[in-house]
Amino acid sequence: MKTFAMGGIHPEENKISTSAAIEQMPLPKQVVVLMNQHLGAPATPVVAKGDKVKVGQLIGKAEAFMCANVHSPVSGTVNKVDVCKDPFGMAKPAIYIDVEGDEWEESIDRRPEIKRECNLEPKQIVDKLKEMGIVGLGGATFPAHIKYSIPEGKKAEYLIINAVECEPYLTSDHRVMLEHAEEICIGISILRKALGVPNAYVGIENNKPDCIAKMRETATKFEGIIVEPLKMKYPQGAEKQLINAITGRKVPSGKLPIDVGCVVSNVGTTFAVYEAVQKNKPLIENILTVTGKHLPSQHNYQVRIGISYADIIKQAMGELPATTGKVISGGPMMGKAMCNLDAPTVKGASSVLVIDEDEATRARETACIRCGKCMQACPMGLEPYLFSSLVRNGRIEEAGEHNILDCIECGCCFFSCPANKPLLDEIRLGKNKMRAILAAKKK
Amino acid sequence: MKLLNISGSPHVHSDESTKKIMWRVNLALVPTLIVAIAYFGLNALLVALISVAACVLFQWLIEKFIMKVPSTICDGSAVVTGLLLALNVPATREMLWLVIIGALVAIGIGKMSFGGLGKNPFNPALVGRVFMLISFPVQMTTWPKPGENLFSMVSVPTTDATTGATPLGILKENGAEALPQVWDMLIGHMGGSLGEVSTIAILIGAIYLLCRRIISWHIPVAFIGTAFVFSWILYGCGSSNVDPLTTILTGGIMLGACFMATDMVTSPMTKGGQLLFGFGCGLLTIIIRTWGSYPEGVSFAILLMNSVTPLINKGFKPKRFAC
Amino acid sequence: METNFFLLAVLVLGVTGAVFAVVLYFVAQKFKVEEDPLIDKIAEVLPGANCGGCGKAGCRAMAEAFVKQGDMEGLSCPAGGPAVAAKVAELLGCAAGDAAPKVAVVRCNGSCANAPAKNRYDGLQSCAFAASLYTGESACSFGCLGLGDCVRSCSFNGITIDPETGLPNINYDICVGCGGCVKSCPRNVLELRNRGVKDRRVYVACRNTEKGGVARKACSAACIGCGKCEKECPFGAIKVENNLAYIDFNLCKSCRKCEQACPTGAIHAVNFPPRPARAPEAAAPAPAAPAAPAPNQEA
Repeated sequence: MKTFAMGGIHPEENKISTSAAIEQMPLPKQVVVLMNQHLGAPATPVVAKGDKVKVGQLIGKAEAFMCANVHSPVSGTVNKVDVCKDPFGMAKPAIYIDVEGDEWEESIDRRPEIKRECNLEPKQIVDKLKEMGIVGLGGATFPAHIKYSIPEGKKAEYLIINAVECEPYLTSDHRVMLEHAEEICIGISILRKALGVPNAYVGIENNKPDCIAKMRETATKFEGIIVEPLKMKYPQGAEKQLINAITGRKVPSGKLPIDVGCVVSNVGTTFAVYEAVQKNKPLIENILTVTGKHLPSQHNYQVRIGISYADIIKQAMGELPATTGKVISGGPMMGKAMCNLDAPTVKGASSVLVIDEDEATRARETACIRCGKCMQACPMGLEPYLFSSLVRNGRIEEAGEHNILDCIECGCCFFSCPANKPLLDEIRLGKNKMRAILAAKKK
Repeated sequence: MKLLNISGSPHVHSDESTKKIMWRVNLALVPTLIVAIAYFGLNALLVALISVAACVLFQWLIEKFIMKVPSTICDGSAVVTGLLLALNVPATREMLWLVIIGALVAIGIGKMSFGGLGKNPFNPALVGRVFMLISFPVQMTTWPKPGENLFSMVSVPTTDATTGATPLGILKENGAEALPQVWDMLIGHMGGSLGEVSTIAILIGAIYLLCRRIISWHIPVAFIGTAFVFSWILYGCGSSNVDPLTTILTGGIMLGACFMATDMVTSPMTKGGQLLFGFGCGLLTIIIRTWGSYPEGVSFAILLMNSVTPLINKGFKPKRFAC
Repeated sequence: METNFFLLAVLVLGVTGAVFAVVLYFVAQKFKVEEDPLIDKIAEVLPGANCGGCGKAGCRAMAEAFVKQGDMEGLSCPAGGPAVAAKVAELLGCAAGDAAPKVAVVRCNGSCANAPAKNRYDGLQSCAFAASLYTGESACSFGCLGLGDCVRSCSFNGITIDPETGLPNINYDICVGCGGCVKSCPRNVLELRNRGVKDRRVYVACRNTEKGGVARKACSAACIGCGKCEKECPFGAIKVENNLAYIDFNLCKSCRKCEQACPTGAIHAVNFPPRPARAPEAAAPAPAAPAAPAPNQEA
């Protein structure tokens, strides 16, 4: 069975919410839609206070190149256009909408039937993705229309669907595959057409045998969809590692997947692509896992963007357990710890992970004993221990010479460090400083 | 409600810790220690206890009164140093107090003067051992006969083949005829330091460490392999009178290769570097044994290779992704 | 035999030494670097802390810059102050610049009491890193993070983090206004301001540009941009922009009217004698005893 070439770790899986079917999250009284739903510049609000909006109506327009449209996830009245603090306490432009009923735009096809044929040209498909504000749901929220506009002189040979879900705890992709396998396959076919590639490879780790079986069975009805079971290893879901696992190719330092002829798309995104292209539905919902070892129940919700984390927690468990130590948006390896739970969810949100306090507190840092475990764990073949001391001593450019910017921030180094050194914290700090140095040099 | 914790990712950690690693190394040394006690009696136990106690005490004192930092004696690294030091000295009565001097040098100079665990360039136990060897050459090379010790509690039947001297000492002085049998060398029925005698006990510990992934096979295999091949060549050319099997089964090669050279702090980090390190250790050991004035060269070989570890780390980088 | 060995050793060593001496001599001649001796002299006069406050890589680089330029226009050593400037001017044979001595001030009121912690930070002890993650332990995303990047950046060991307030405490006997801490602070909480007559300084100890209500919610001593100080100031030294007041130290005459007018206590006036009557001192933690009176400045 295939996997990526070097490094990697095996954290405890903890996929305890696998069996929880996707539920619909009820609408709250008010939603707050951030204009920064994606990687890049914020969208520009196109509604004003007092405007009536419907579900799926464009409320934030993408004006910059690196930007995506934002649509109203609810129907109701715009309360105000202001700033709102995101889960990390930073103020971001946002539109507040008071919910009134649930009235959808007429153009959106809400019938349950699956629509299989797609007669659009590649260019039209990309335009549709742009119009519907589709972004990558794997975590980076990269605007999809940019990813599927292949630059001049480059050619896509592989379409790789990332259904790895290598992060512990997370099960949203797992549930989507089980419940919407056919829609996903249609979405894949649409993307295949947009790129003009013969085959799409769906990478699924072998800890999800039910998904592999389901997807294989469904894929037989489609042309050019190959399900590729992968040997479990974190971070298989990282773009470069997945490309390496499936094609054997390696994306060189500072290059993009398209430079080796690959385009990677998250499986959740393909579902959104299906809904956007076939059903005219903008990206206003995503599947979110609410999980934690100490929670009374595990859930997978379909959540409209703009619903606050506090509302989701209220719906899932009433209130947080008294022993809660951390609430994380995303998985335990790459997710971000949140401090402001009143903040709204955004397009890329994949989970609310509640971690108990004894697990949430970092152990005391001790001296590095040069065991080299960080180096063995690094999937990029870097030297985290070296970065740590270089960054601490302010030798940033030297760290740059050792390719600190190649780090994909998977967290394998910190995970495996017996001395509990905050290796990834230091590397991130070093990367930030290195980028600043490079930016200053450009000027 | 309590305040939420905030930190960068990742938010989970493996259950590895420095403390666990150190105590597992201690555990891996237990079989060797048991064999030593079985052969050398109460003296061996006392030497080990005194050595460990002295190392821990010196570390505590230095951290408390000189460095003024929180004590780290619980992490077990001082115990490892103490045990290794004890396993590197003969179980004689003089050692009961000499080993305290060795412990002071090992911890004080070998480890704490560089800033403590993780910062020492040389293996502290070997620093202590070599200091003792140079300062007290007579005491350090007076070997008790196994099972015939003054304090002996366990009586082991002795055969005519075992003498008070180490096999290597015998070789230097008397030639190959007086050597113990291979089986005796495997189970440890020969003269020598506490931890030098039983190859099997050392291998049990080493296999445990390999399974726990605390050591990798690269250094021990490269070390022992090089020693074996090189001594074979010398034996074949007639430059040496020791056959290769005896070479690797006697003296400190087994203990050195499995426990001293594999010390994480003082050995290279990449696999390639570790192979080179092991090769250097093996080569130097045989050179010192064959042409040096000391019968044994493992300690010096490892210390010499320790000194080039930073250089090896610079030269042997991990293979980068897509390069 | 013995004598031969002895002689041989002496001979070998002697010849080797001689050969190397000759080689070294020619190499030194060939690669000689011509350097103005003035650079060495000026470098000796400079403080030698290599703080980088002048914007150069270190004191030697600064000395080179002085010599290259030939005068002191636009170059000043903040750490050395007027005394060093005078010496450098003498060596260069030009007029010394008359920059007013500066010190760093902490423009944040977010002590543990004013801006209570809303979460517990458990990561790397680095302000720059914490700032890249999130807002910080308090709810104010503009304030001091208290993790001590400035403490580590100070070449003179003049900053400590006050365990009571969680804010940096600057020792004004030590501070030379090199600006190292100002550069190190990811939140721009530290600012270089004129040292002031008798070390008296008036400044807004807040950087929060959020709306008054939001700012006040996060920190009880935040500047809420109400503009009272702006109206009160007889010299037009105060401007409110983006809900935040700023006092221009070149216009300020240290009358302290703004301090009295401020409803939240965001304006600090330090090292003034106590006011004659009423009005409790508005949260001014005079950090250090006034240093030697600084010469005239205050434009």
